[in-house]
Amino acid sequence: MRLIAEKLGGERGGEPVFDDINFQVEPGEGLIVTGANGSGKSTLLRIVAGLLPASSGAIRFEAADAEEFPSVAAASHYLGHGNAMKTALSVEENLKFWQEFHGSTHLGIDEAIEMVGLPEVASLPYGYLSTGQKRRISIAKLLVSYRPIWLLDEPTAGLDKASETQFAALMRAHLDDGGIIVAATHIPLGLEGVQHLTMTGQR
Amino acid sequence: MSETAATSSKLWDLANPTRFVALVDRFVPWLALLSAIVLAAGLGLAFAAPEDYQQGITVRIMYIHVPFAWLSMMCYSIMALSSLGTLVWRHPLADVSVKSAAPIGAVFTLLALATGSIWGKPMWGTWWVWDARLTSVFVLFLMYLGIIALTRALDDPGKSARAAAIVTLVGFINIPIIKFSVDWWNTLHQPASVIRLDGPTIHSSMLWPLLICAVGFSLVFFTLHLMAMRTEIWRRRVSAMRKIAAREAGR
Amino acid sequence: MLALFLRDLRLGIRAGGGALVGVLFFLAVVAVVPFGVGPDLNLLARIGPAILWIGALLASLLGLDRLFQDDREDGTLDLLILSESRHMLALTVLVKCLAHWVAAVLPLVIASPLLGLFMNMEPLGIAATSLTLLVGTPAIAFIGAVGAAVAVALPRGGLLVSVLVLPLAIPVLIFGVSAAYGAVNDPNPFLPPFLILCALTMFFLVLGPLAAAMALKAGAD
Repeated sequence: MRLIAEKLGGERGGEPVFDDINFQVEPGEGLIVTGANGSGKSTLLRIVAGLLPASSGAIRFEAADAEEFPSVAAASHYLGHGNAMKTALSVEENLKFWQEFHGSTHLGIDEAIEMVGLPEVASLPYGYLSTGQKRRISIAKLLVSYRPIWLLDEPTAGLDKASETQFAALMRAHLDDGGIIVAATHIPLGLEGVQHLTMTGQR
Repeated sequence: MSETAATSSKLWDLANPTRFVALVDRFVPWLALLSAIVLAAGLGLAFAAPEDYQQGITVRIMYIHVPFAWLSMMCYSIMALSSLGTLVWRHPLADVSVKSAAPIGAVFTLLALATGSIWGKPMWGTWWVWDARLTSVFVLFLMYLGIIALTRALDDPGKSARAAAIVTLVGFINIPIIKFSVDWWNTLHQPASVIRLDGPTIHSSMLWPLLICAVGFSLVFFTLHLMAMRTEIWRRRVSAMRKIAAREAGR
Repeated sequence: MLALFLRDLRLGIRAGGGALVGVLFFLAVVAVVPFGVGPDLNLLARIGPAILWIGALLASLLGLDRLFQDDREDGTLDLLILSESRHMLALTVLVKCLAHWVAAVLPLVIASPLLGLFMNMEPLGIAATSLTLLVGTPAIAFIGAVGAAVAVALPRGGLLVSVLVLPLAIPVLIFGVSAAYGAVNDPNPFLPPFLILCALTMFFLVLGPLAAAMALKAGAD
């Protein structure tokens, strides 16, 4: 399994935001994408996920098991700005839905919310949670179904220091498990031994 | 309508929901028992009452139709009073009262409309006519549904309370229209025969069962209303406790 | 897929009494007609099926613009699109449409016999109208999905969805109403327009979700 970007270019609203981005990520490796606001971090992630077309270059994905993961999208968890959770449903109902919809059950619901340190909230409506708690439940969503690639867009937005550390440990465990992480962030994620890519934007 | 005033003045003393719940706990079983007895007596008398020489057996529908219709208006009046409580005195129970009375009022209105239709089919030859009385009661039903939707539109009860109170008060215009529609317009529905300035025109052999039925259904209404208010207070407590639980989770 | 259906159903019923508002709108639309045309019972009985159909059409357009909007705002839509290899997006759309129909439109169909009584329609006419509504309204939901998918990224898409969907829904209205009339007015047939209505629903059942899925994929930004 390998994720490769070759001379990748992206545009937003018809304006080019970056071009000639190259990287290669192997199992157990992480890639931290940093850069100023507007340098195209989110756009890059959305192109990698396949939500946006690349304006030039290509994303290549080589999976050992092409049956199960025919594309990057199929092999990825995408954690965007939105948490993809419904405020009217309980935390458990939300996670249960994503587990059933995504398939490839990994951790149990209880186990996953235990991992993000919120075991008490399972039966509460998602809307009652604070911003940071919501983000943590959204992170728990990465754990309830298995995907080898995690595409994370500002994953630690709204998290406190303790939760950041906790999340770093979860990412480390995913990498040690042979997973791949591509994360766009402007806050250090506390992840050692990973590649870095600095987006400079289009001049 | 003296019971209305009595209830609302009692509510006024009970600013504290905890005391209110304790009192309801003590009151409701007796109230339920009383309403069952009065209602049984009223319905029993209604069946023993003479048949109308024109309408035959169908006249018995009157003994439930008229109380339902009265209650549909009384319930709305109570809601309007409670809305005043919300807007003017900001009474904590007033908004609970509006929210929990609306579904009960809607059901009574629907029952009044349904029993009226069943009565109207043999009498008028049609289930429904768009005359002033029927239409205004139908509008009342729509308003009840609107208020129900409004009180449930937001998770936070405090936010929707004032909006619902304002709508309820504006809609109160409809109540006198319903009451006097049979006098103001020439309608198919018969004019008032019980509450009139010159005394009831209905024969006393029918009047008494009707009045006892009305009292019985009113007692049923108050029992249901108090229970619904208690449930609503509990529901709000649960919701508040869950919010606290969410705040303290993961600390 | 069942999980998605149940989730959307739950949301539709729980979130702010959405189903109730739709029925209420339907009741209100039908209730104002006698004020407009006058309370002549014969006239009302004659135009009854048409009024019920127009009322149901307008009421079922009400919540349509939210079909994908909520999912887009909280990021759910991205994940639905990304799951394409497991769940074909058109199927996902179809399931969402069905959940929307059950939560928001089915109550209208259930309420329609009652309104038929208000319109002084005869029992056969009421039954025929309800049946045509039951068969025809899903088509409106499927067409609506296309409009909702096109307008999903627009800040004020609500009205636009109605404007886009109404012209496409006209055939459904025509055959629905003519089948309902056919059941009561003797020379007019019931079965042919009713079967065409069924065909329209089946046609849009395929076309609507496919087109909506394409629009959603193109609209991802």
